[in-house]
Amino acid sequence: MRIGIAVRMTLVLTLLTGIVYPIAMVATAHLLFPRQADGSLVERNGEVVGSSLIGQNFTSPRYFHGRPSAAGDKGYDATNSGGSNLAPTNKALIDAVKARVRALRESDPALNHDPIPVDLVTTSGSGLDPAITPAAAAVQVPRVARARGLSEATVRALVAAHTSGRTLGLLGEPAVNVLELNLALDALSSPAQTAAR
Amino acid sequence: MLNAIIQVGLFTLIVTVVSVPLGLYMARVFRREPTFLDVVLRPLERLVYRVCGVHENTEQDWIEYTIAMLLFSAVGMLLLYVLERLQFYLPLNPQGFGAVAPDLAFNTAASFTTNTNWQAYAGESTMSYFTQMAGLAFHNFVSAAAGIAVAIAVIRGFVRRSAKTIGNFWVDLTRATLWVLLPISIVLTLVLVWQGVPDNFNTYTHVKTLEGAEQVIAQGPVASQESIKELGTNGGGFFNANSAHPYENPTPLSNLIEMVAIFAIGAALTHTFGAMAGDRRQGWALFAAMALLFLMGAAIAIRAEQRGNPQFTRLGIDQHASATQSGGNMEGKEVRFGIVNSALWATVTTDTSCGAVNAMHDSFTPLGGLVPLVNMQIGEIIFGGVGSGLYGMLVMAVLSVFIAGLMVGRTPEYLGKKIEGREMKLAMLFILIFPAVILVPAGIAMVTKAGLAGISNPGPHGFSQVLYAYTEASANNGSAFAGLNANTPFYNVTLAFVMLFGRFLMKVPVLALAGSLVAKKSIPPSAGTFPTNGLIFVLLLVGVIIIVAALTFFPADALGPIVEHLALATGRLY
Amino acid sequence: MADRKATPLWDRKIVREAFAASLTKFDPRVQVKNPVMFVVEVTALAVTLILARDLYQGHMKLAGFEFQIALWLWFTVGFANFAEAMAEGRGKAQAENLRRTRTETQATLLKDGREITVPAPSLRRDDIVIVRAGQIIPGDGEVIEGVAAVNESAITGESAPVIRESGGDRSAVTGGTAVISDWIKVRITANPGETFLDRMIALVEGAQRQKTPNEIALSILLAGLTIIFMLVCVSLYPFALYGGTSLSLPVLVALLVCLIPTTIGGLLSAIGIAGMDRLVQHNVLAMSGRAVEAAGDVDTLLLDKTGTITLGDRMASEFIPVGDVTREELADAAQLASLADETPEGRSIVVLAKKEFNLRGRELADKDAEFIPFSATTRMSGVNLDGREIRKGAGEQIVNFVRERGGVIPLELTPVVERIAKAGGTPLVVAEGARVMGVIYLKDIIKEGIRERFERLRAMGMRTVMITGDNPLTAAAIASEAGVDDFRAEATPETKLRLIREEQAQGKMVAMIGDGTNDAPALAQADVGIAMNAGTQAAREAGNMIDLDSNPTKIMEVVEIGKQLLITRGALTTFSIANDVAKYFAIIPAMFVLGYPMLQRLNIMHLATPQSAILSAVIFNALIIIALIPLALRGVQYRPVGAAAILTRNLLIYGVGGVIVPFIGIKAIDLVVAALHLA
Repeated sequence: MRIGIAVRMTLVLTLLTGIVYPIAMVATAHLLFPRQADGSLVERNGEVVGSSLIGQNFTSPRYFHGRPSAAGDKGYDATNSGGSNLAPTNKALIDAVKARVRALRESDPALNHDPIPVDLVTTSGSGLDPAITPAAAAVQVPRVARARGLSEATVRALVAAHTSGRTLGLLGEPAVNVLELNLALDALSSPAQTAAR
Repeated sequence: MLNAIIQVGLFTLIVTVVSVPLGLYMARVFRREPTFLDVVLRPLERLVYRVCGVHENTEQDWIEYTIAMLLFSAVGMLLLYVLERLQFYLPLNPQGFGAVAPDLAFNTAASFTTNTNWQAYAGESTMSYFTQMAGLAFHNFVSAAAGIAVAIAVIRGFVRRSAKTIGNFWVDLTRATLWVLLPISIVLTLVLVWQGVPDNFNTYTHVKTLEGAEQVIAQGPVASQESIKELGTNGGGFFNANSAHPYENPTPLSNLIEMVAIFAIGAALTHTFGAMAGDRRQGWALFAAMALLFLMGAAIAIRAEQRGNPQFTRLGIDQHASATQSGGNMEGKEVRFGIVNSALWATVTTDTSCGAVNAMHDSFTPLGGLVPLVNMQIGEIIFGGVGSGLYGMLVMAVLSVFIAGLMVGRTPEYLGKKIEGREMKLAMLFILIFPAVILVPAGIAMVTKAGLAGISNPGPHGFSQVLYAYTEASANNGSAFAGLNANTPFYNVTLAFVMLFGRFLMKVPVLALAGSLVAKKSIPPSAGTFPTNGLIFVLLLVGVIIIVAALTFFPADALGPIVEHLALATGRLY
Repeated sequence: MADRKATPLWDRKIVREAFAASLTKFDPRVQVKNPVMFVVEVTALAVTLILARDLYQGHMKLAGFEFQIALWLWFTVGFANFAEAMAEGRGKAQAENLRRTRTETQATLLKDGREITVPAPSLRRDDIVIVRAGQIIPGDGEVIEGVAAVNESAITGESAPVIRESGGDRSAVTGGTAVISDWIKVRITANPGETFLDRMIALVEGAQRQKTPNEIALSILLAGLTIIFMLVCVSLYPFALYGGTSLSLPVLVALLVCLIPTTIGGLLSAIGIAGMDRLVQHNVLAMSGRAVEAAGDVDTLLLDKTGTITLGDRMASEFIPVGDVTREELADAAQLASLADETPEGRSIVVLAKKEFNLRGRELADKDAEFIPFSATTRMSGVNLDGREIRKGAGEQIVNFVRERGGVIPLELTPVVERIAKAGGTPLVVAEGARVMGVIYLKDIIKEGIRERFERLRAMGMRTVMITGDNPLTAAAIASEAGVDDFRAEATPETKLRLIREEQAQGKMVAMIGDGTNDAPALAQADVGIAMNAGTQAAREAGNMIDLDSNPTKIMEVVEIGKQLLITRGALTTFSIANDVAKYFAIIPAMFVLGYPMLQRLNIMHLATPQSAILSAVIFNALIIIALIPLALRGVQYRPVGAAAILTRNLLIYGVGGVIVPFIGIKAIDLVVAALHLA
């Protein structure tokens, strides 16, 4: 008797909350916010190049680099999100950060004497962090400007344009979306490059 | 500093403002008084009862109520296990994931049934969309609803006089689902989609990145699960990175909304309690005690994380907060949340039994990581898991009232109900089971090969990982010092049992307590009665809570986070 | 008041006996009743065994430390035993006092119409004995015939003899008291060993003490905490192993014993026994500890007006003449009418007349006077003297008397009568023949200080209800003058029972004091029923306490003792738990100094060495029991202020104090330990 109720209750509520509810939500979400519902994908020239919410690997000096990533073996694996989970007293963490600092300073001698913004040498929680801090963007401006043959002022202006402040001036932290910034850089550079060719 | 105060203050304000109407609304729902949703929900409710054979006007005594709750949980757990094992043959599996391994399936079934949502797997590489929906999201609803039901039954135990029954589990479960969880989840889901949380059944998206590399982006019905995951303080992430994942929690605004959702029902239930007790100040007293404990934890966590890792400073890294960066210990944190929202979230998620994370607790500074650990050791009664927070807090109130009663020279009473031997026995059982299921298995793990094998961070932090795992399991939290390699038969099985004990062994004494109280007469207060709706009671309650937790867990914490903190300060690495 | 003097705290004889008794209490069969101390004893035994092993194997350095730990653990148990034995010893001293009242006496048993002399202890229930002047009453009983003056100083300490007579409300006699005039026939009401006194003796000696409900609840809390701390200590071993420290059993045991609530655990039964002891000091006998505890919870207190709130007798306070009568004429007539009236009211009229107008009492016999006594039918009394018919009595009756004689009732009479009634007094109208002379204002005299006592009760959270047979007008006036919260006028004996049931239905705890046979059902129904020792046997059997002094306001002392009992337990529990904070700071750094030297930062007391830190904590833990014995025996002071104020005060003293004191104590002991090179 009681088991009968328990089984029927389980099935009824599964149907309601596990099937009807999510399907109805997917349908409504696509009706109201189709772009977001499908993952805020970004297209260039009709081709999907990523999601504005998901970070991706940038290694070329021509691009702003995102944060180190612990997602997957190579980083920014969007089927394998996650952080390093290294403890602050773990030698492995300190060694990894030390190596990143050294690599940064080698890639850009201008950084030799400046302190490095912390987010640029630490992995994010998701491994897919789409953003860097304005400070982390600022230290990369000279390198990117040099690599693209643009003036630092131009690049800096572009960074400023892609910096989002705190929501309503209160919430969260200022951030620079790396993918969007790099897309803008490409958009800015391509005519010039074409002309040069 | 100012930034932290503004963000924490704003959050606290919103929670306070939201909790009052929601709490009063829930009081109406469970007293079965008319609400504005009845037009739609009443026919649906009647249909559910007819299909399931529930007599909605028959009430149950505490034993009947407990049996119903346990049976329902057992059937649900079995169903989830079966779904996981058979997911390959079921629909909505675009990635073609195979059956989940038996020990992991058992662990996950226990985890979601107990409202823990500990995840020894990565969602995007293990579970089909169907398992996520029909298995996991279902439990997100009903484990929360069962928690609310038990809390309501316990409230009835306190406020009814010379009665026998404490309500009908099936009715409470149904009403909690239909009137509370579903409507709010629907609204929440749409807001989250607006903010960028995807909600689809697409196959994973393949993209060519700007640098020409291939990136596969996991998709799924995320938003519908995200909303109930926070609202029901479940915390099981759709993705491995949980709410740190930009698809689960894309913006500071979504972050705020999700945090409010985590606290909302737990906070509101204090007002439900006050309303049902006929003295709203009784509810406010519990609310105040919870708020005080929450703010203390948040302040310590934010401060610890903001100070960062002294080792980093030596490497020439800038950890100072400025206009262009949040600074602090950013390992395992997202830029859009920075220090304040990461530490705040860690506090919120462990004050409750949520366990969703938006930053990796394993990489927190020792003191920053101690706050979530202690929050759980306190018993997750700071707003708490939906339902479980309130009844846990009520047990602590019973204990506080007992001590206070002795000290004012009167047989202790709470809401006019005398606290006597039987009540103390049940309350102590409740309080005792909790450390027992943490300390004993953690002790076993520290001396067995299988236990030690899971540790990923050497030194005292390794012990912290194990302590944290059993603490969260017992407290049904589900957050982790996630470096611990827990997807092994040893951890899957021991943690599953700890989760089941932590949930059901504690629910039974608390329902028995309700059954014992409900039969009592209610004594009208006099000048000799110690008032439980004033400041002194709030402070006493907070003191008792801290002392009980501190005395129980101080030695263990001293060997984990505290020793690690002292080590970090002296530059010792492991 | 004839309170028994408390024996001095450290009475040499009691201390000596307690010391001996505490040794026998090491018996595990005794200890097992107290889980907290049982754990200490078991661990003490374990450490002793380890000590023996290490001595045998020649680990002398270890053994020195282990010896001291073991020693102090045994002391901890011993000190707790001593506390209990002290309380029992003091109780025994009280019991001796009580027993002394029952000197071996001979009884004159009436059997089949013959008188047989038998020893008192051989008397059984329902035996009839005769006691004559100069004899000791052989057992508790009820007077069934005769009237006698009885000296009850043996049990009450009051030397003035009291009257005991059959029928009525003063029929109960107590064994051990002496008849000093006349004779009485007594029906024995209790078998030997079952008298109230016997039960009380058992209670104060702690022999058959049953745990009270509250004590049971507290014991559960303490047992729960003990189990939690056992889990903490057991799990600490593997935790420490991971950090490279292998904890030894004596060290773990030291931590365990310091953490479990030994302070309250060791003093708990002493507190309970001492509470009973204090009750006896106030000359109250209780049937059970439960009754005393219940007294602390009383919400409503039922009080008879007469004897409790007012002096038993009304007094004439004013002569109010009517018509053309002068006050002196009225006083003279009133005095004449009262000369033969031996009631206290009557005497007070004579006295007032003498005081106000210097009117001498005259001998009626000289004047051929005829005394008209008061009767229930006429409801007046007076005198016929030289043809004058002087009467005093209730208004209505006197009015009839005057009308019958053709007199006219002055208009001003009714307002005067009503004014007096409204003010809580009793108007007594005086008439001579057909002429109304005036009114005597008989006033209820409120006992001195009663108002303050009610205020104190109110502060304790108790509501007082006055029960009186007076009309509502009078009752209201007295109630407001005395400061009671509520009253029931025109009450019958059933009113009390009904009232108690009403209050109890609301969940309230009710206490009442009674003496008459009429009161027995109500006394039985009340949660706390205090019977006057001077009352009837029925009343004494129905109540759960007896006040030997027959003082109705004794309830306040009883309530305070009940509250004090709980407060003392609560305060020491809080203190015991608060102590643990400092003990952690002493022991935890010391335990792990090898594996994690940085934990020395937590050694905020700067204790000399790890061994001395652990030892000092254990020594403090043992000594604090001894230090708190006086508090446990005397009880925490109770002040009748609001609950919140009491709590704040006690939390500050015993909670905050409990955190601070051990820091100082352990540091001080550590200095001594280090100076003596003990560790």
